[in-house]
Amino acid sequence: MELIFEIGSKGRHLSLLPECDVPKVELGEKYRRTDAPHLPELSENEISRHYTKLAGRTHGVNDGFYPLGSCTMKYNPKVNEEAAALKGFNRIHPLQDPSTVKGALKVMKMAEDALCEITGMDAFTMQPSAGAHGEFTGLLLIKAYHTDRGDMARTKIIVPDSAHGTNPASAAMCGYQVVSIPSGPDGCVDLDALRAAVGPDTAGLMLTNPNTVGLFDKNILDITKIVHEAGGLCYYDGANLNAVMGIVRPGDMGFDCIHSNLHKTFSTPHGGGGPGAGPVGCKKFLARYLPGLCIEEKADGEFDLVKAPGSMGSVKAFNGNFLVVVRALTYILMMGKEGIPEASSNAVLNANYMRVKLSDDFKMAYDTTCMHEFVMDLSPLVKETGVNALDVAKGMLDYGIHPPTMYFPLIVHEALMVEPTETEPKEVLDQCIDVLHEICDIAHTDPDYLHGAPHDTVIGRPDEVEAARHPVVRYTWE
Amino acid sequence: MGSFVPNTKEEREQMLREAGYESFDDMFSVIPEEVRLRKPLDLPSGLSEMEALKVMEDLAACNKVYREIFRGAGSYDHYIPAIVKSVTSKEEFLTAYTPYQAEISQGILQSIFEFQTMVCELTGMDVSNASHYDGATAAAESIPMCIDRKHKAAYVSATTDPKVLEVMGTYCFGSNTRLVTVGEADGLTDLEDLKKVLAEDPEAACFYVESPNYYGNLEDVEAIAEIVHGAGAKLVLGIDPIAQAVIKTPRELGADIAVGDGQPLGMPIAFGGPYVGIMATTTDMMRKLPGRIVGETKDHDGRRAYVLTLQAREQHIRREKASSNICSNQDLCALTASVYMASMGPDGMKEVAEQSMAKAHFLRDELVKAGLTQKNCAGEFFNEFVTDCPMGAEALMAALDEKGILGGLPLDAETVLWCATEVNSRSAILEVADTVRSLM
Repeated sequence: MELIFEIGSKGRHLSLLPECDVPKVELGEKYRRTDAPHLPELSENEISRHYTKLAGRTHGVNDGFYPLGSCTMKYNPKVNEEAAALKGFNRIHPLQDPSTVKGALKVMKMAEDALCEITGMDAFTMQPSAGAHGEFTGLLLIKAYHTDRGDMARTKIIVPDSAHGTNPASAAMCGYQVVSIPSGPDGCVDLDALRAAVGPDTAGLMLTNPNTVGLFDKNILDITKIVHEAGGLCYYDGANLNAVMGIVRPGDMGFDCIHSNLHKTFSTPHGGGGPGAGPVGCKKFLARYLPGLCIEEKADGEFDLVKAPGSMGSVKAFNGNFLVVVRALTYILMMGKEGIPEASSNAVLNANYMRVKLSDDFKMAYDTTCMHEFVMDLSPLVKETGVNALDVAKGMLDYGIHPPTMYFPLIVHEALMVEPTETEPKEVLDQCIDVLHEICDIAHTDPDYLHGAPHDTVIGRPDEVEAARHPVVRYTWE
Repeated sequence: MGSFVPNTKEEREQMLREAGYESFDDMFSVIPEEVRLRKPLDLPSGLSEMEALKVMEDLAACNKVYREIFRGAGSYDHYIPAIVKSVTSKEEFLTAYTPYQAEISQGILQSIFEFQTMVCELTGMDVSNASHYDGATAAAESIPMCIDRKHKAAYVSATTDPKVLEVMGTYCFGSNTRLVTVGEADGLTDLEDLKKVLAEDPEAACFYVESPNYYGNLEDVEAIAEIVHGAGAKLVLGIDPIAQAVIKTPRELGADIAVGDGQPLGMPIAFGGPYVGIMATTTDMMRKLPGRIVGETKDHDGRRAYVLTLQAREQHIRREKASSNICSNQDLCALTASVYMASMGPDGMKEVAEQSMAKAHFLRDELVKAGLTQKNCAGEFFNEFVTDCPMGAEALMAALDEKGILGGLPLDAETVLWCATEVNSRSAILEVADTVRSLM
């Protein structure tokens, strides 16, 4: 289809602004732009249709099943959007006096309190904008703590080899060396490898639990103990929190700080890749290093915004992605103490139901009870038919299903990671199970069909190698 | 209580049985008993949709919504065209994730490609990323783009928004980068100081300056670029995307990287977020950009197609050697900015910039007539400026507040940073001036 620059015509425009009612002023020549930027010149109708067409070429959770492992693509309730659209949240300036934004501060405080209870932490900052941003912030808490104690020899962060790529990347941004430790054959942390890795240079450990293969690491108390005894701190990557809310809390597993992805666990929309929010929580002894301004509720119900005494500074200009927090709080209010564990229980049930039903045709990387997601290992299928994880994923596109996460975690070759979430009805899970069985049959009878998939999408497989070799990253006019 | 789990109790029980479990508790028996939470969460019981929305409406009603806002300082109240909200509330855009599967994500990918093109047009730069978290984080992540073995120190102008400066400082605490502030004189970067400190430091990697700067003043960026490049460092320019419609592009001015907050392009002020970071650079530095980048290619039938590209920079491939840890961007906000720019068009963008500048200058004139004195004003300004406030900033703000007007931002007890945009009316500006007069 056309790009927005290829439609419209010179002189078309919308009627948006009134005449200027004060004298115009001209910038000095030294500063003045002489050529206008090439921007579209369109009527409102054309803009509306252009984006409707683009929307039609986009698969969202609303369009169909989206079992993208580690991304928790659950349904995004519409009431969240209604709350976020309220004028009292939209038209308030971030630098208004606290006495004029009591409602907004209360929203942040209520969200903080609920997140503390769900995760077993003592304080939260809403500043980080995303999971990776939260990891960065959490590691800076650890760094600020060691620095404050004058313990400058702690230069290493331990990360399991199964970790998401953001973990080592975040550690590097915090000036840490990354020590990658191998996972055991059960996909969990190898305690001996961990014992061998820790020492006086250990700043901390980054871990998800359930881990990236979807299993609950039963040695978790030993793991956090080993790190603590070496003088390091434990960071919980909250990517997989949707599995365990109300069942087990990171704070009770020995973690010192954590981020939570509001756009995964707390149902705020992913927006095509943001804006999310990655609030960071910590135990009391780390709260003095939190970034931004902390909200303190005074005895008279008024709020104060205060800088933590040893604050690391700020990781974002203002108060974080406030409207995302509004949406998450709306969700938390609706779910309450019963609904939150119910969500996790059913996320885990849906995953295990699919895992068991698929175990006949597909090898499970770890054939045991999973949490909210599971990893299939397609290497036997590749061996038998030549059809790999990519082919199966592309084959699923023709059935209107967003494929699982491919080739992650790296410790499983030919991995497909399936996370159904709790908001899918049984029929949708059954249909996906049938589709995967059918694709498995096709792999054996007509593998070329899958090598060429997808067949019914608006484009076929794009040439990614060419895209990277000769990058065209903007439109240019003739 | 609320719930978004569709399966009935009977269906759940059937599924548990088919998966081989007697109960939920049986399924969770893989979690060691000593860490299990064996008490209910200490949260209120869940609410119906009607009740939850009422709670949120009551909270929203506790915030004061001003009828006129003369405060900017990084968050700007511009008019948002109706089409912007209509497009960005489309569920396909709202509920999709990062476009990993290109074949069913062409809509998102193309919209990002269009965004990148518009950012390049605004800034004159060659390449833009798919967006960053906000302007401050984009500024902070421009520093590692300039750091190498020989160049390890970052310089920043004292005329920078202090919030941006603080974020840069925090990122530099992380990366162990030396961050040095260059002095200011009369509201502009002190060029003599800049020359001196850069000449004395062979490790200088980059210099960050905003134009318009925190005080609203336009810097002499061309002179700054000459000094910075003369010292072998890179110039990072902080921009206001609206001002960019009327002022020379970062490219023309000699910047190597342009960053800024895209909030003025159709995003509500919303207590500080979500906003969106703009980040663009030259072809030379393209492979150092953090974040997602969309590129054009073809599918096997020769059809035009868009994909996430240059991924060898990114965390999921390079892990600790990646250019950044950034994973998701602020896609829906980038889409917002694109629809905004498309609906404004080149003439509309210019009109917003000119009207904002005109209103700010009219406000300045009226405030001076009323008895205030402009401060920190060596050069020209865009839509923000600083005045003194002899009656005390607190007293003036309180008097304006009573009229439903949010005055400028007090920088100290007797100094105020003012802002005006196209949405401020002439009559409201005169009202502000009258209020000042009444307190003189």
